[in-house]
Amino acid sequence: MSEIPISWFLTLSAILFALGVAGFLFRRNIITVFMSIELMLNAVNLSFITFSYKLQKVDGHLLAFFVMVVAAAEAAVGLAIILTVFKNRATLNIDEIDSMKN
Amino acid sequence: MLVNSFVSTPDLIRFLPEIILTIMGTFLMVMDPILQRRSSYAFGHLSLLALVGALGGSVYAYTEGGCSVPQSCPAFGGMLMVDGFATFFRVLVIVVGILTVLSSYRFLQREDAETSEYHALLLFSIAGQCLMAASNDLIMVFIGIEISSIASYVMAGYLRDDKRANEAALKYFLLGSFATAFFLYGVALIYGATGSINLSTVRGILMGPDVPSSVFIGLAAALMFVGLAFKVSASPFQIWAPDVYQGAPTPVAAFLSAGPKAAAFAVFLRIFMTAFEPMSASWQPWLFGISALLSMVIGNFAALLQSNVKRMLAYSSIAHAGYVMVALTARSEIGTSAAMFYLAAYAFMNVGAFAVVSHLSGKGERYQTVDDFAGLAQKQPLTAALLTIFMLSLIGVPLTGGFFGKFYIFKAALESHLVWLTVLGLLTSAVAAYYYLRILVMMYMHEPSKASSEVEPLSLGLGTALMIPAIGTLFLGIFPNWVLDFAVKSATLVK
Repeated sequence: MSEIPISWFLTLSAILFALGVAGFLFRRNIITVFMSIELMLNAVNLSFITFSYKLQKVDGHLLAFFVMVVAAAEAAVGLAIILTVFKNRATLNIDEIDSMKN
Repeated sequence: MLVNSFVSTPDLIRFLPEIILTIMGTFLMVMDPILQRRSSYAFGHLSLLALVGALGGSVYAYTEGGCSVPQSCPAFGGMLMVDGFATFFRVLVIVVGILTVLSSYRFLQREDAETSEYHALLLFSIAGQCLMAASNDLIMVFIGIEISSIASYVMAGYLRDDKRANEAALKYFLLGSFATAFFLYGVALIYGATGSINLSTVRGILMGPDVPSSVFIGLAAALMFVGLAFKVSASPFQIWAPDVYQGAPTPVAAFLSAGPKAAAFAVFLRIFMTAFEPMSASWQPWLFGISALLSMVIGNFAALLQSNVKRMLAYSSIAHAGYVMVALTARSEIGTSAAMFYLAAYAFMNVGAFAVVSHLSGKGERYQTVDDFAGLAQKQPLTAALLTIFMLSLIGVPLTGGFFGKFYIFKAALESHLVWLTVLGLLTSAVAAYYYLRILVMMYMHEPSKASSEVEPLSLGLGTALMIPAIGTLFLGIFPNWVLDFAVKSATLVK
């Protein structure tokens, strides 16, 4: 059985991370921006798992679990914040949320 | 190493502040339905009690945990390092927490806000910052950052119906999580390159015979730099700070500008002075030096243009992050101790300045502009005098903590031959004098504005929250050696 090289996984992880960054910078809908952050975290998880497999060590798996737990907590708080913003302004366009300039 | 280390009593003692804060935070949430909302001061008192307990706990962890002798004192199999450095920052963030509680009593009552959740979130956030200060392992750093951040995202938007607070919370949340993802990618690369995320182990590997590819390590260091620079609001990642500090409730803004920033700088120092130190000589001066210079220039010049005082203090806090970055650029033990001293002085003067803004701004935080400070000295000479101390210290006038902070930082920079950075840094800090003095001139030389005529008398809590930083600022300015000696002793432990 021929094995898929490690570098492929790492490249995929880097591409996913870059997509997340691009989504964060260029998307205008807050929910999509938030999803881009989640994509970045999951790209990092893929790296952790890949390295863990390469090094034959278990800590990478543990790290990925920690990241998932934290991402869940972050989603809970983040969605609540997005909800209050929507209630007060009735918009989810990030460009319209700009009330504090001199 | 992690597998065969069970939790022992010394571990628990060294983890005492975090334990106290977490238990008391949970307790506050449980007490919410039992104590009625009317007794809004009760939660403040409980929170104060918890913080004083944690303060005692961190001192106890240092003296009784066997750490007072200069040696490494790890807990939980090396994941935490409870040395003088950690204790310094733990005490610092807890004191910032105490000042925040004191200045929040009147604020929460005035805005008719829930108190239990506010104080519980504050305690959790400080627990996270204590963990950051003590962590010696990248996953602990990550968890500490997240505990601290997630609680403070909510605090930034604590007044749910206030549009500005919502906006502040949203921006803080989105950019904070974005930054954390960068930091985490850096952790992943370090793990892949060295097979470890323990900072001491990583240092050992980088000093050892087979150093992993420097491209990988350099990339990891750059990603971590991005993540942490966001957290300390250093340039070029400072864009979120003005909107967040302006929109967040003023006591929260005071907390955000001192607590999380100090803890993030602790992590910065620990990571770059422990793990990356063996190989950072070639790039660290440039990376940190340029960031420091940009922060000082952008912070000080943008602050000149602001009419909103909270926004002005936000830009000033970017500039102060720049000064601390100068100390990090020095890449020496003197630099480390200078950064520690500066962060302590900065915490006092900045929390004090924000507390005065909170006092003056009134219900709904209506009065926040420089013009609103007009004539404050006629109406409340004591408040005006205290604000004068903070402003002079922020400028860096002798006999205040801010002066010695800047002095030690630029001295450290000179000893590391960073003449260009020292000269440019001192020039920008001269510019800064203008916008701080503008407030003093307003206060002393103008007829009272509507805001200063309506200002209520100082409450006991807020008065204490102003007196402690004022005394602290003067103490650091007159007897700097007391704190500096401890900082110097602890800075040698970072390695």
